[in-house]
Parts: sequence; structure tokens; C-alpha cells
Amino acid sequence: MVERDIVVIGSGPAGLCAAIEAAEAGAKVLIVDENAKPGGQLFKQIHKFFGSREHRAGVRGIDIGTLLLKQAEELNIEVWLNTEACGIFDQDKVWVVRDKHTSVTIHAKRIILATGANENAVNFPGWTLPGVMGAGAAQTMINIHRVLPGQKILMIGSGNVGVIVSYQLLQAGAQVKAVVEAAPQLGGYGVHTAKVRRAGVPFYTGHTVLEAKGTDHIESAVVVKLDAAWKPIAGTEFELDVDTICIAAGLTPAVELAFGAGCRSVNSPVLGGLVPWHDETMRTSLSSIYIAGDVSGVEEASTAMEEGRMAGLSAAQSLGYLQEKRYRTRFEAINHNLLALRSGMFGQKRRDAKKAIVAASKG
Amino acid sequence: MDTEKRLKTTGAASLTELHATKEYILPDERMQHPVAVIECIEAIPCNPCETACPVHAITVGSEITNLPVIDIEKCTGCGLCVAACPGLAIYLKQKNYTKDLSYIAFPFEYVPLPEVGQSVNMVDRFGLVVCEGTVIKVVKIKRFDRTAIIHASYPVEQYEHVVNMQRLARN
Ligand SMILES: Cc1cc2nc3c(=O)[nH]c(=O)nc-3n(C[C@H](O)[C@H](O)[C@H](O)COP(=O)(O)OP(=O)(O)OC[C@H]3O[C@@H](n4cnc5c(N)ncnc54)[C@H](O)[C@@H]3O)c2cc1C
Ligand code: SF4
Ligand code: SF4
Repeated sequence: MVERDIVVIGSGPAGLCAAIEAAEAGAKVLIVDENAKPGGQLFKQIHKFFGSREHRAGVRGIDIGTLLLKQAEELNIEVWLNTEACGIFDQDKVWVVRDKHTSVTIHAKRIILATGANENAVNFPGWTLPGVMGAGAAQTMINIHRVLPGQKILMIGSGNVGVIVSYQLLQAGAQVKAVVEAAPQLGGYGVHTAKVRRAGVPFYTGHTVLEAKGTDHIESAVVVKLDAAWKPIAGTEFELDVDTICIAAGLTPAVELAFGAGCRSVNSPVLGGLVPWHDETMRTSLSSIYIAGDVSGVEEASTAMEEGRMAGLSAAQSLGYLQEKRYRTRFEAINHNLLALRSGMFGQKRRDAKKAIVAASKG
Repeated sequence: MDTEKRLKTTGAASLTELHATKEYILPDERMQHPVAVIECIEAIPCNPCETACPVHAITVGSEITNLPVIDIEKCTGCGLCVAACPGLAIYLKQKNYTKDLSYIAFPFEYVPLPEVGQSVNMVDRFGLVVCEGTVIKVVKIKRFDRTAIIHASYPVEQYEHVVNMQRLARN
């Protein structure tokens, strides 16, 4: 059996930072990722990030990814790509399948789950027609594969993902016909909606897609106004000439491995639904398993990186790699950054939701 | 139609909304050179504008969700904050570049880029074309990290309304 101090599952911002922090403390770390490339979401994010200088704000996501990979390399962190983690047994064994055929069991003293989140679907008549896709899929097409999913796009959902992907579709040369949002108010940061709006894209709050029309591909979308109870108002339907519908209706934490391993769950609607319970150090109800990033509650790359550092630090400390004083200093610093990121009109809700998770008894 | 709160319903802030925010400062005709104008009116965790400014003309402070505040007296109009802002929420403006023309320098991340001397459609916050403008400079330097800054002049009557230009068609 392969043995490692710490196995990190997922090489997005959370997983990379967890591995870096733990390796800096001296632990022997292995990262596994089912993708052919490391970086998780980061390499799709061609825009400059928010946050403070400590979080590399103003730097594009792709460049943050490159930086983290370089650090990981310098620390000799081992990375297994094309490696899917399929299960966790006895709290310390990770069963992985490499290159879709070789089964390997890794004995890990500590496991850090940084598996990210999955896109939510929205269904309406016609939603199975080619041309309906997740906003994340559209983003992969334009920013990784450099192909446009279509020429005339309708975006469903006005959260940051919906507006950022809309902006990137415009940059890639598509027309974005509209952004529809069922809620009465737009979800994304005003500065993001503003740059999409000044490009001439209309926003429809309190509206949803009733139906996608077409035979073998989308030819148009029917949009309708919603009443206060979110019921379509008859007679308010209108048709938009689109060939693609992108859905950005939120993300759900990728919790399968955590729950399969037996981690206790907590419900946190603000953070995407059921998440593994964890304490401030990112430890779950199973003492050898830690989590970080979107899997512990959907937030942002900046928070994912800090949570990753916290998980890596705590896991390394629990293995005796850190002096108490050094651990305390780092803990305080990371915690401070997390609190700063979770403030303001958008952050406060997440701060409260995280507090509630930590406060929910371990059971 | 400019009386309601529009940022959270139509995507862009109305002038009424901006004028109600003390952090939004539009330089008047007394300013002799372009200075930064910031339209960032929501408390988001962000401060690259502050760290980018070499003369400390922008303050966010230790609470990173504070709104950025500009001291236009200090601003030299260097444009570093314009390129650093991930929200593309900053531009430079001068009301009287000439008697009849105002000056703007805004971030632009679309291709193709306009050419110097080209006549372009200037847009307001809602993407409506409000007038024509003439491109004076296209600045694309390494420090701006792939965000171009377009300098243009346009009729002074549209001084406050213009914030950017319309995307150009791809060949
Ligand atoms: C359009 C868009 C714009 C965004 N803009 C910003 C922004 O401006 N600023 C910001 O801070 N954040 C932004 N974010 C959010 C940010 O990208 C995510 O919050 C962040 O990537 C989460 O990091 P993570 O490491 O938890 O997960 P991810 O980046 O999703 O990484 C998870 C990794 O785990 C791997 N994995 C999952 N399951 C398994 C398994 N069973 N076995 C092996 N590997 C597995 C995946 O392959 C993936 O590589 C944006 C997100 C989107 C979609
Ligand atoms: S334009 Fe230059 S001097 Fe003025 S606020 Fe921006 S960075 Fe500072
Ligand atoms: S960098 Fe831009 S988005 Fe960020 S606080 Fe400054 S003005 Fe606002």
C-alpha cells in the first residue's frame, strides 16, 4: 500500500493551498485530481480577482493558478492527475483509480477533501435540447477550448458566476441577449453587473425561462415575468432569439466522498445545502479528515485558498509538524484573512453561516 | 426614469443613486487634468485600487469592504488604478479638455481595440450610445496586465453620462 502523511483530494485553489501549507510545515503530501490538469476552477478564470493584496487581488485567476503550481513544485509536492478518488475507508484509506484503470489504495494519516462544487441544473420544457448548458461548461469552452458555445446567448442567473461568464462570452465575441434572474434583485456584485450592462446587455429581474423552443437545437427562448410568489404571470411572455441558454443557478458542494466516509452533515442553505460539519481548523467530525474550499460551503477562490491553508496547517500540526507557537501565529493570521473576506454586505451572511456550522455540535 | 435604485435591478447605477453616494466624486471644470472617478458603491471585499495607487490618493482602509474614497487633489491621473480594478469600476475624466470636449480614459478588455484617431460610439452606464468620441491614445502596457486603457474625447454636454465605448465588430 502507498503511504503518505497527507492526501489532498482536489487541486483547485483550496487543495493547492492546503498542500502548500502542509508541505511548508514539513509533511509529505500527495495531491490527487481527476482532471488532466491541476488548478480546478482557476484556469477558467481569465478575469482579475477581487480581494486584498494578500489574496492576490487584481491578479487574474489563471495567473494565481500558475503561481500556486510553481510553489507546489518548489516544495516537491507530488501530484497525481487523471486520478479519481472513489472512496474513503476506515477514515484513513483513499481508494483511487488512476487513468481510468489502475486501482490504488493510499494509506493516509490525514485526508484533506477539496473537491469543490457542482453546478445546479434548472429544468424547463426544452432543457434537454443541445445548446442548454451550465455556465461553467460554457466557460470551459470559451476559456480552455477557445470555442464559442453559440452566437446568441441567454444567461439564467445573475450571481457572480452568471455575470462573469456573460462578460467573458462577450469578450469571446458572442452576443448576450439577456440575463434573467428569478429573484427581485440581481445577485452578483454591482461592479460586475455594471460592466455587462454597459455592454448593452439587458437584465430581467423577477423573470424566468418558461420554455426553450426548437427541434434539434435551440431556436428561441420564452421568458416570463414572475409574481411575488414566483409564479409565472400569464400574458407577460416574450420570446428571445437565442441559440444557447447558459444556466448559472448556483453550486452544490461536492460532498459525496465526505459523506461516504461517514462525516457528519450540517444543512447550510446560504452555503449551498448539506455540507460536512467542520470546526474552525477545518476538521470534520472524523478526526483524520479535513475539508476546504467550496466543498465546505460554496464561497470564492479567495476564501477557498485561506481555508485550504487552514486545513493544511491544522492537519500538519495534528501530525506534530509544527511548534505550538508557530501554529498559533499562522492560525491567527489565516483566521484574520477569512474574517476580512467574510465581511460587508455580501460576506456577512457567509460569515454567519460559517459560524453556525462551527457552532452546530459535533454530534 | 432616473429616480429609482437601479443597480440591483437593471445592473447599472442611476445618476441619482451615484449622487446619493458621497464616495462618487466627479471632478468639475476647475480640474486641469484627468483624474480617477470611482463607481464602486457596494461594500465588497476588495482593495487593489488602494494598493495600486503610487501617491496614495485612494483609501479603502483596514476594513476591506469599505468603499474606496478618492482624494482628487492628490491624483496624478496615472491610470494604474484603472487597470488594477477587477470591477472595471474606475475611469479617468476631465470636464474641459477643450472648451467643447471632455476627456475620458476607460478600461477596455474586448478585441479589436480601436485605433488612434478613430471615431467611436460612446456609451452610458446602460450601454446606450449617447454620442461619438475620438480616440486619442490606446495604452497597453505590461503593468496593466492585458487590460487596455482607451483615452478619448467627446462632447462636454455628455460629460457625466459617458463611461465607456461600444464594442467594435469583429471582422
Ligand atoms: C465563473 C466563475 C467566476 C469566479 N470568479 C471568482 C472571483 O473573481 N474571485 C474568487 O475569489 N472566486 C471566484 N470564483 C469562485 C472560485 O472559482 C471557486 O470558489 C473556487 O475555485 C473553489 O475552489 P476549490 O478548490 O474549493 O474547488 P475547485 O476549484 O472546483 O477544485 C476542485 C477540484 O477537485 C477535483 N475533484 C473533485 N472531485 C474529485 C474526485 N472525486 N477525485 C479527484 N479529484 C476530484 C476537481 O477535478 C477540481 O480540480 C468564480 C467561479 C466561477 C465559476
Ligand atoms: S490615476 Fe493614478 S494617481 Fe490617480 S488614483 Fe489612480 S493610481 Fe492614484
Ligand atoms: S479595485 Fe475596483 S472593485 Fe475593488 S474596491 Fe477598488 S474600485 Fe471597487
